[in-house]
Amino acid sequence: MKAQLRIAAFTLSLLLVALAFIRSAPTVGASATGQIVGTIKLDGQAPHLKPIDMSKDPACAQANGGAPVAAENVVVGANGGLANVVVYISQGLAGNEGAISSQPATIDQRGCKYVPHVVALNVGQHMTVLNSDKTAHNIHPQPSPTGGNGQWNKSQTAGAGPIDVAWANQEVAIPVKCNIHPWMRAYIAVVKGPFGVSNDTGSFRMDNVPPGTYTLTAWQETFGTQTQVVTVATGKPATSDFTFKAK
Amino acid sequence: MAGKIFAVVVALITIVTAYCVIAHVWWMPVDISVHGPKIDHQIEETVLVAGLLFIAGQVVLAAFVFLYGGARNRIKQIPGGAKPLIVFAFLLVGTEIVALSFIGSKAWGAVYFEAPDPASMRVDVQAGQFAYYFRYPGPDGKFGSLHPDLINEGNQNYFGLDTDHDADAKDDIVTAELAIPVNKPILLTLHSKDVGHSFYARELRIQQDFVPGLNIPVHFTATQTGRFEIVCTQLCGLGHYNMKAYLSVLSPSDFDDWLRKQASMQ
Repeated sequence: MKAQLRIAAFTLSLLLVALAFIRSAPTVGASATGQIVGTIKLDGQAPHLKPIDMSKDPACAQANGGAPVAAENVVVGANGGLANVVVYISQGLAGNEGAISSQPATIDQRGCKYVPHVVALNVGQHMTVLNSDKTAHNIHPQPSPTGGNGQWNKSQTAGAGPIDVAWANQEVAIPVKCNIHPWMRAYIAVVKGPFGVSNDTGSFRMDNVPPGTYTLTAWQETFGTQTQVVTVATGKPATSDFTFKAK
Repeated sequence: MAGKIFAVVVALITIVTAYCVIAHVWWMPVDISVHGPKIDHQIEETVLVAGLLFIAGQVVLAAFVFLYGGARNRIKQIPGGAKPLIVFAFLLVGTEIVALSFIGSKAWGAVYFEAPDPASMRVDVQAGQFAYYFRYPGPDGKFGSLHPDLINEGNQNYFGLDTDHDADAKDDIVTAELAIPVNKPILLTLHSKDVGHSFYARELRIQQDFVPGLNIPVHFTATQTGRFEIVCTQLCGLGHYNMKAYLSVLSPSDFDDWLRKQASMQ
């Protein structure tokens, strides 16, 4: 009888220890996710872009020193690096998108341009619209009529407070115009899961990618999209490079 | 007593107003056009004729209130009755209006009924919410066709030109500023991208509405160099207050330099 009790007690305590171990196992956190990095290049000569003449609004012209301003449809840095390309996971991540950042993305109207020219954020993530100019703007995002994101426009006078907005549906990418200054253009890419936007050397980085195999899509406003399959493991970042061909 | 104060106030307002107009305290900006003097002259004649009637009317009003205001001095009936007075007023003001119209038609005709000089420099003007864009035909002297479906402001194709396939459109020069050479006849063609707008250059004494669907010609010759404002004077939406462009009247050589620089940026 005593031996049986001892066995039972020992088994029970083993079970309890095992349970404790299982309960204390960490949930998938930052330490268990991977990264994707890469470089995006433009192959060929960047198209000639006409400089923007802002003389119709002296506040805009003054903010840019009176000189014509470079357009940002195609921004190529040193070594052919293509900037403002949005990279996101288009397949393979269903249900595992991770938490939406509580940090809002920002877009600023500065020098009568949108800064940054391309903003990427998650579905449901907040976006703050600022006006740093000494003139009024009227921001007008134009999402696809069938995409589920509503079209709207809002004025902000000089010195007005920020506008806060969030997008309910994935869309790559929503064109944004200013109703008062026709040359202004930006794009908002609303995606699920990790994303990156290439800088002026063409490099991008995506953090918090759960290990797995995914299809990556790279989007640029003039050159369209390209896809690539990538496998992510924890430890060394996975690399994915893209090259767009100039027309 | 109140009547006498009223009469004095009316007289004072009349004198101050008349002084401001006669002394040109706030008057028109400098005229830089060939047809401008006719318009300015017409405005001065109108102001003079209407002004004389205005002064006369106010003086009579003030005098009657001063002399006959108050319970004891009330005039019980207009001498001769009301009808002759009304008829006289109609005839006087009516004749004045008709006369001014006939005389003023000379100024109107100078702008609208004279054909443009065949050697005019042509510029295409497009108004759209809320900016003006201007188009010069380029070395081939021909304007490319406009395709509204190709308009893409994000790519700075404001006019909807098909530069890939249309040879006439390839060398068109699109600018955000209207520069013209001084002392040369200019022919503008105005069209609207969307709603009604207006082209108003005060110093040029030109004001012309854009009517959606129409190509409206306007011609003039500028006589002085300088930088002037073109403002929209037809309410066109929330940005109407901000809608303007600059007119730059340059010497012929400065204009050639400017046009060459614009062409190189296209």
